[in-house]
Amino acid sequence: MLKWIVFAPLIGAIINGLFGRRFLAHFGQKATEKLVGFIACASVGVSAALAGMVFLTRLLPLPKGERRITEHFFTWLKVGSFQADFAYLLDPLSGVYILFITGVGLLIHIYAAGYMHGDPGYYRFFCYLNLFMFMMLTLVLADNLLLLFVGWEGVGLCSYLLIGYYIKWDVAGSAAKKAFVMNRIGDFGFMIATFLVFTTFGTISFVTKNINGQEVQSFLAQVASSPTVAAGTLTAIALLFFVGATGKSAQIPLFTWLPDAMAGPTPVSALIHAATMVTAGVYLVARCSPVYVKAPTAMAVVAVIGAATAIFAATIGIAQNDIKKVLAYSTVSQLGYMFLACGVGAFVAGIFHVMTHAFFKALLFLGSGSVIHGMNNEQDMRRMGGLKKYMQITHATMFVGWLAISGFPLMSGFFSKDEILWRTWSTEALPHNWGRALWVVGAITAVITAVYMTRLMVMTFWGRERFTEARDDHHAGAGHASGGHGGGHGHHGRPHESGWLMTVPLIILAVLSIFGGYVGVPAALSMGRPNYFEDFLKPSVAQLEHATATHAAAPPAALMAQSEPHGATPAPESHGAGATAGATAGATAGATAQTAHEGGHDVETERLFTAISSVLALLGLAFGLVFFKRNPLWRAPKLLEDKYRVDEFYDATVVGPVENLSRDGLWKVVDVKIIDGLVNGVARLFAALAGALRYTQTGFARNYAAVILLGAIIVIGYFIVSVFGIRINI
Amino acid sequence: MVPLSWYLALSAVLFTIGVIGVLIQRNVISLFMCVELMLNAVNISLIAFSRLHANVTGQLFVFIVMAVAAAEAAVGLAIIIALFRSRETLNVDEADLLKL
Repeated sequence: MLKWIVFAPLIGAIINGLFGRRFLAHFGQKATEKLVGFIACASVGVSAALAGMVFLTRLLPLPKGERRITEHFFTWLKVGSFQADFAYLLDPLSGVYILFITGVGLLIHIYAAGYMHGDPGYYRFFCYLNLFMFMMLTLVLADNLLLLFVGWEGVGLCSYLLIGYYIKWDVAGSAAKKAFVMNRIGDFGFMIATFLVFTTFGTISFVTKNINGQEVQSFLAQVASSPTVAAGTLTAIALLFFVGATGKSAQIPLFTWLPDAMAGPTPVSALIHAATMVTAGVYLVARCSPVYVKAPTAMAVVAVIGAATAIFAATIGIAQNDIKKVLAYSTVSQLGYMFLACGVGAFVAGIFHVMTHAFFKALLFLGSGSVIHGMNNEQDMRRMGGLKKYMQITHATMFVGWLAISGFPLMSGFFSKDEILWRTWSTEALPHNWGRALWVVGAITAVITAVYMTRLMVMTFWGRERFTEARDDHHAGAGHASGGHGGGHGHHGRPHESGWLMTVPLIILAVLSIFGGYVGVPAALSMGRPNYFEDFLKPSVAQLEHATATHAAAPPAALMAQSEPHGATPAPESHGAGATAGATAGATAGATAQTAHEGGHDVETERLFTAISSVLALLGLAFGLVFFKRNPLWRAPKLLEDKYRVDEFYDATVVGPVENLSRDGLWKVVDVKIIDGLVNGVARLFAALAGALRYTQTGFARNYAAVILLGAIIVIGYFIVSVFGIRINI
Repeated sequence: MVPLSWYLALSAVLFTIGVIGVLIQRNVISLFMCVELMLNAVNISLIAFSRLHANVTGQLFVFIVMAVAAAEAAVGLAIIIALFRSRETLNVDEADLLKL
């Protein structure tokens, strides 16, 4: 069953990739669009339906600690004691991921079917998009690091192909290359970490495997149960995985590719560069959470990088004028939040934010795509304004997304962000002051988030209509998706609402953005009912060891139970009819115990912090509304508009030197002088030799005859001297 | 009876004349005749040995050599005629198409 979830999109990709061109030649653009769009959406639809079905009918009914379904196809690599299987693992963590990947993915496919209308590369686009779905699902369902890496690289490839989708547009091509190269830097860390995991633990699998007739526990379980592994090794592994994550999830220092990746079509930005692929880094960290909880240094690095990225990107986002760039920096910033959550040990909160973010950021990107579509490929917000009148559905849905991302109370983003902030404040993974300092950073970021999103809404939908104004203020740096589609740039018609293919996904995503957060309402806000989402995910991720806990012996046991569910589970061993009730009872008991353990006043504090987050969000919204309604064309400080000149900095310190070294060192000296010299030298040597030998070839037959005679005389002379000479002697 | 060494000496002298002729002659017909001379020098020594050992194998060889020589003469003369027709010369040094 799992395999069809993964392979359905691949089938779609193969059909569209191999036959799309023929369809186009035979049926013409219009029918091809229908056919290709249908195949693409149907394949993802099948995948989404199966994912939902497996999740509801097979994963959920399992008892709480044993929720893992594995599917083994074949042993992929087996060298000595190294074994990598082509096998899938579905547990709560990957379950959540496949649900929102296929769900949001389906909506975006449908949207894209409308958005890409009229594009001659329609089939190519959907081939890549389906391939992406396949790779992403492989990534999250893989049961070992190597297969995960296949998906990891696969989504990187699809990202490259789709960023550079407008192949005739230089900007898109270089953005694609930039994304690819920066991801390679991260992948280097990933690979080294994988090697380290293998040499340290003898397995790279997430589940217990039978290798050469020997039961080998997953490396995660080994980390949790054996105290023998050197802390330094664990820290190295954790940090190297995090290097991989910074590449894929656009964290400092490897974040600059993501804003440039907006050169791709907008549905791609929504699917790959907001909702799914960029959260793979968070997935990796959460998946390897047992390693992280044992490596406090790595945790601190993750938390600090996350918080720094969050505030860094948010401040840049406030100064951008390209609607997609604002959202791109917002994505980087929100990813920073997710890593902040992981770094303070709240992996579940991080995944929760991944999910809600997938909803509202996909919504915002698709909304911006709808705006760009309606404005005939205008992306500069300074030339928008007053669009509410023309695009009511887009406006209403974007409005929801705006509230959700800003953390407006009771929207999805509110719950996840509040959870992260609270966990940051109350973290036990870091020294107390650190948690508080990071909380301040996170809180400021929350305010800035509300401000820049308000700015986006004000500049785009409200206020004066600016799109009719004279165009002589044409800004050279403004981005235009002038690549493949439309092309009619310069004179705008009236802005118009997009078709139903585009608005329906927007509406569904808006609904999800409102209600998506209710699966993870914290206990403090729901009158003691345990946080369902956290409860559900807990078996998949490691919990922090309570350093301050009174019972010192208990934590390792608890940790083992979480990492390896075959061990002692908190739920009683009941089967059949009583199983569900038993599990619920166990869960409630566990939650109660935890609440009791944390103490009563913590709940009070948590409520207080929820109130603070709400106030912060409202503050940001109010400030944004007041400020930007008055002067929507406010110019941000130059440094912010220039994105802190990070790209320039990288150009000067990395790209430039590498280029110079390659040109003046590797090319002009090593290649031209040494390598070419060697090759040409050998050729010249043989040419000289041949030139000398040429003189023996006179071309006169009699000369050759003379040589034959000479040879004959020598041979005969030899025989006379040696053979007959001996006879004569006898 | 004529001793064997006389036959062999004659054969060697004829063969050497043939070889030297091949090496120094430029006229293709002279070359051709020198080759025939070498063949027949060998024939003489074959006959001589055949007689010495009272064995006909050597004579059979001579027949084969004569047959081959006849075939060679036919082909060779044809080539010479073709060569003369195209180049109007019998000097082998001028047939140097293969030379670089």
